[in-house]
Amino acid sequence: MFENLSDKLQNALQKLKGKGKLTEKDIDLAMKEVKMSLLEADVNFKVVKTFINSVKERSLGSEVMESLTPGQQVVKIVHEELVKIMGQGESKLKINSNDITYFMMCGLQGAGKTTATGKLARKLKKDGKRPLLVACDIYRPAAIKQLQVVGASVDVPVFEMGDKTNPVTIAKEAMKHAMKHGHDIVIIDTAGRLHIDDSLMEELVEIKQTVKPDEILLLLDAMTGQDAVKVAETFNQYLDITGVILTKVDGDARGGAALSIRNVVDKPIKFLSVGEKMDQLETFHPDRMASRILGMGDVLSIIEKA
Amino acid sequence: SKTKKNLTEQIESIVFRHRKIDDDFLEELEEILITSDMGVETTMDIIEYIKTETRKRNLTDTSEIKDVIKEYLINMLEENDEDNDTENKQRVILIVGVNGVGKTTSIGKIAYRIKQSGKSVIVAAADTFRAAAVEQLKEWCLRAGVDIIASEQGSDPGSVIFDAVNAAKARKTDVLICDTAGRLHNKKNLMNELSKIFKIIDREFGEAKLDVYLVIDATTGQNGLIQAKLFSETCSINGLILTKLDGTAKGGIAFPIVNELKIPIKYIGVGEKIDDLQDFNATDFVNAIFE
Ligand SMILES: Nc1nc2c(ncn2[C@@H]2O[C@H](COP(=O)(O)OP(=O)(O)OP(=O)(O)O)[C@@H](O)[C@H]2O)c(=O)[nH]1
Ligand SMILES: Nc1nc2c(ncn2[C@@H]2O[C@H](COP(=O)(O)OP(=O)(O)OP(=O)(O)O)[C@@H](O)[C@H]2O)c(=O)[nH]1
Ligand SMILES: [Mg+2]
Ligand SMILES: [Mg+2]
Repeated sequence: MFENLSDKLQNALQKLKGKGKLTEKDIDLAMKEVKMSLLEADVNFKVVKTFINSVKERSLGSEVMESLTPGQQVVKIVHEELVKIMGQGESKLKINSNDITYFMMCGLQGAGKTTATGKLARKLKKDGKRPLLVACDIYRPAAIKQLQVVGASVDVPVFEMGDKTNPVTIAKEAMKHAMKHGHDIVIIDTAGRLHIDDSLMEELVEIKQTVKPDEILLLLDAMTGQDAVKVAETFNQYLDITGVILTKVDGDARGGAALSIRNVVDKPIKFLSVGEKMDQLETFHPDRMASRILGMGDVLSIIEKA
Repeated sequence: SKTKKNLTEQIESIVFRHRKIDDDFLEELEEILITSDMGVETTMDIIEYIKTETRKRNLTDTSEIKDVIKEYLINMLEENDEDNDTENKQRVILIVGVNGVGKTTSIGKIAYRIKQSGKSVIVAAADTFRAAAVEQLKEWCLRAGVDIIASEQGSDPGSVIFDAVNAAKARKTDVLICDTAGRLHNKKNLMNELSKIFKIIDREFGEAKLDVYLVIDATTGQNGLIQAKLFSETCSINGLILTKLDGTAKGGIAFPIVNELKIPIKYIGVGEKIDDLQDFNATDFVNAIFE
C-alpha cells in the first residue's frame, strides 16, 4: 500500500525543488499534480480539497515566498499537512483491568470482520487473556460455522445460539456466559450490513445499548473508494465508534481511505489487517504511515539539500 | 436515513450556479465525476468530450450537459456488450476476484437463475482455503436446488475442478459454475494457483464454452482497475459482475475498467437474497447514477 502514491507525490514536488523563485503559477501546477495523485489514491474529495487549499495558502505566504529555497519549503509544508491528516501516535485498545472487556466488530459486507475477530482473539490470548467470541451474524450462510473454524484455529471458544435467535438476545446471553466461565474479553462478530440499512443499523445500536462495549471497531476495506467516508460517517453517527481496523492492506491499494477517515470522523485507525492468516494483524502507527506515503527519507533529503 | 446527494442533484446545482459552459463549470463537473470513483482519466475523457460536443453542437446552456454525459457513458458501456447465450454447447463459468467481493453469493444467485430457466447446473467448490467457504456454498446450492462437487478444507482446488469437470461431462450438465477462493491480484502464488485452475478447465473441457467472470465490489476505488488488469492477465476475463450496488456507491470504477480493458459487465448484484441479481443494462445503470 502507498508505494504508488508516494512515487507520484514525489514526482509532483520534485519539479519545485530546484527553483530559486516560485510564482503562483508554479505552485498551482504542482498542486494540481498533487491533487490528482491523491484522488487517484482514493483520498476523499473533500479531504483533498481542504488539504490542497491549506498547502496553497501556506505556500503563498511569506514563509515560502521570501525564503531562498521556496521549493523545499513547499515540500515541507506538504509533509506537515499530511502528518496532520493522518493524526498522531498509536491508539491502544481499551482494556478493563477488573471487569470483562467487550469489543464489537461492525462494517459493510465482506470487510473482514469475522477474520479480524479471530486475529484480535489470538493477539489478546497471547497477552494472557481468556477471550470468548460471540456469533451474532445470523444472516450470512455458514457465518457461525466460519467463526467456529476461525475460533478453533486460534484455540478460542465461540458462543453461539444458532441462526434463529435475535442477535441482541445472543449478545445478552453471551455476557452471562462470559461471566460464568471466567472470560475477561468478549468479541462480538456481527453481520455485514449497509450503512443505509436502517433496521440492521438499529440492531447494532441495540446490541451496543445491551452490551455497552468498550470498543466499537469499524472494519474498513483499504480498497474502498470515495464511499469510504460516507460509510465511516454513518456508522459513527449510529454507534459512535471507537476506532477503525483497516483491512486487506496486503493489497496494492493506494490507501486513500486511510488518509480520509481520520480527517473526517476523527476516530483513530487502531490496526491494519494484512492477510488472511490469523497472525496477520499489525498495530497502526500514523506517523510512520505518513512517512511511508511521502517516502520520508527522500523528502527529508530534499529538504536537507536546502 | 438515506441522505445522499446524488449526481443529478449535484449537477443541477452547478448548472443553476453556472449558466455558461466555462472552465469553472467544467472544473466543478470534474469533481463530481471523480467522487463517483470514475477515476481521473475517465473523468478527463468525459470533460474533453463535453468540450468537443459543446463546440460541435453549439451548446451554450449548462442544462444540456447532463444528456451529453449520459450519452457518452452509455456508449462506453454498450460498445463492449455482446450476446453470449447463442450456443448450444455445455458451458463453464469460472468466478474470480479479490477477497469478500461477493463471488460465492453471486454464484448462488446465478445457479438459481440458470436452474430456474430449466437447465442443469453443477457448482464446484474450489475455495478450499477460507474458513467454512464450502459450507457457505453448500447452503447456496441447497437454496438454488443444484448439485455441488466439494472436497474438504485444505485440499487441492485444482483437483476439485478436475472432479467437477468430469462430473459435468459424465452427467452432460448444461452449466458448471466454479467458485474460487478470494485472492489479491498482487499475490503471485495465489494467482499461479488460479492460472492452474484455468488451464485445467481449458485442457479437460475444451469442448465447453468457458466464461471467466471477475467480481468487482461497487464500493471499490481506483484499485479495481488494477484488479481487472491483473486478473485478465492470469485468466482471460470476459465478463464483470458488479456487486453491492444496493449500497451508496454507484460503481463508477466500472467505467475505466470497461473503457480500458473492453470487458463487458454481465450482471449486477443488488442485495443478499437469491434473486438480487440483475442482467446488466447500460441505460439503466447510467440512469441510476444520475437519478
Ligand atoms: N488478503 C486479505 N484478505 C482478508 C483480510 N481480512 C479478511 N480477508 C478475507 O476477506 C474475505 C472476507 O472476510 P470476512 O472476515 O469473512 O469478512 P466479514 O466482514 O466477516 O464478511 P461478512 O460477514 O460477510 O460481512 C475472506 O476471504 C477473508 O479471508 C486481509 O487483511 N487481507
Ligand atoms: N448488500 C450486498 N451484499 C452482498 C452482495 N453480494 C454479496 N454480498 C455480501 O457480501 C459478503 C461477502 O460475500 P461472499 O459471496 O462471501 O464473497 P466472496 O467473494 O465469495 O468472499 P471470499 O470467498 O471470502 O473471497 C456477504 O456478507 C454477502 O452476503 C450484494 O450484491 N449486495
Ligand atoms: Mg462475517
Ligand atoms: Mg467465497
